[in-house]
Amino acid sequence: MKWTRKDLLSLADLSAEEINFVLETTAEFKGVGQRRMKKVPSLRGKTMVNFFVEASTRTRTSFELAGVRLSADVVNIAATTSSLSKGESLKDTAKNLEALAADLIVLRHSASGASQFLAERLRAGVINAGDGAHEHPTQGLLDVFTIKERLGRVEGVRVGIVGDIRFSRVARSNIHALTKLGAEVTLIGPPTLVPREFARAGVRISYSLDEVLGELDVVNLLRIQHERQKAGYFPGTGEYASLFGLNAVRAAKLKPEALVMHPGPIHRGVELDGAVADGPQSVILDQVTNGLAVRMAVLYLCGSVCGEGEP
Amino acid sequence: MSEVMPQQLADAGEMASAMNVLADGLASELDGSSPVFLAGIPTRGVMLAQRLAGLLAAQGIPSESGAVDISMYRDDLGMRGGVAPLQSTQLPMNLDQWTVVLVDDVQHTGRTARAAIEAVLAFGRPRRILLAVLVDRGGRELPVRPDFTGMAPEVPADKRVRVHLADFDAGEEGVFLS
Repeated sequence: MKWTRKDLLSLADLSAEEINFVLETTAEFKGVGQRRMKKVPSLRGKTMVNFFVEASTRTRTSFELAGVRLSADVVNIAATTSSLSKGESLKDTAKNLEALAADLIVLRHSASGASQFLAERLRAGVINAGDGAHEHPTQGLLDVFTIKERLGRVEGVRVGIVGDIRFSRVARSNIHALTKLGAEVTLIGPPTLVPREFARAGVRISYSLDEVLGELDVVNLLRIQHERQKAGYFPGTGEYASLFGLNAVRAAKLKPEALVMHPGPIHRGVELDGAVADGPQSVILDQVTNGLAVRMAVLYLCGSVCGEGEP
Repeated sequence: MSEVMPQQLADAGEMASAMNVLADGLASELDGSSPVFLAGIPTRGVMLAQRLAGLLAAQGIPSESGAVDISMYRDDLGMRGGVAPLQSTQLPMNLDQWTVVLVDDVQHTGRTARAAIEAVLAFGRPRRILLAVLVDRGGRELPVRPDFTGMAPEVPADKRVRVHLADFDAGEEGVFLS
């Protein structure tokens, strides 16, 4: 196949073939990161805008470095410095970016669907870097890439996603990618955070981490978003940690070859104990390295397509 | 019927002779002062590089072979109706002091060779880079000229030269015009 999308908005949109295409492209870009010269000229002369209307350090940095390594000119705009804080609409801000000849816009926004809104209105390629509780496609791709890299396959792999599923765009993107590639997904957490609506083909729900832990090949612990705690979805931090935290005692029940994942930033002692996060089964830093390669792949693919037809 | 039949420029025997011309040319140029890496340009260049390594070995010249994918270094990104899959690049992590021979099946505009030179330079500072092509069809758009050429037929600008390899392509081995 050939890649023909100018935007990456969600993994729900992508076919299994497209997901695998991105993963194969990622493997080559990971190789680039291991060369002495880590930079390639693919996006030379193109302008990429990192437009983050919601705070983020690691995702923004990862996209920025990915753009730089592809030789794009990268501009960062944060919510506090944008005219959005002066009442300009998202569309007007984006139109202004396009008037400055931005070829790629990487958008992080608190509203679900914000990146699709822009993609439908702009010639520029739009990459969703997280939109509300909807999707975070590059996180889903880097998680699947890490699983495939470490375990050699995705099909048939048993993946447990633990925590705040209801509000998690990371969980949604993971569920789409994993089920399309044939993994068996179990969502684990308190009933308030793991709605029954998520149960469908290839997705199981469990309210007890202890019951399912021993059968998982991968346990992906989501960050507990403290802003949800205030809304009453979630007990105290201590209670959560005692029921769903991956501490050393629970980690001893994992299969020896099972992987421990976390999208970061980690709350040590809440969803994950420090010793487990730093232990031999943890692939958390692989996820960071792979995230850079995934973002290079996505920017390369969409950045190539969005220039088509121009003089 | 004759319009759809591709015209044959060289049969298997003539292609083998052209490969020997390349190997002999290389053998006379390589003085053993630096290790030799034959970097094939995907897809068929990679297989031709392997064949060349075999021919050089038969003359007692050691070499290694691999692949250099030029996709990330192209100058026509976004002009080709979608993005094709990347091919694997297999080069030593450090090419300092190596003699690198770029191997391709067909030389046309020279843009592929230019991109391949840039790709190789990401792996260090080779002592020299040489370019060996099985078929130089003319039509250069950049001042990049092969050091070694297996054959240089006259080819009309609107025709395409295809190299068929018996162990990769369906049908007979040879060079065809379509």
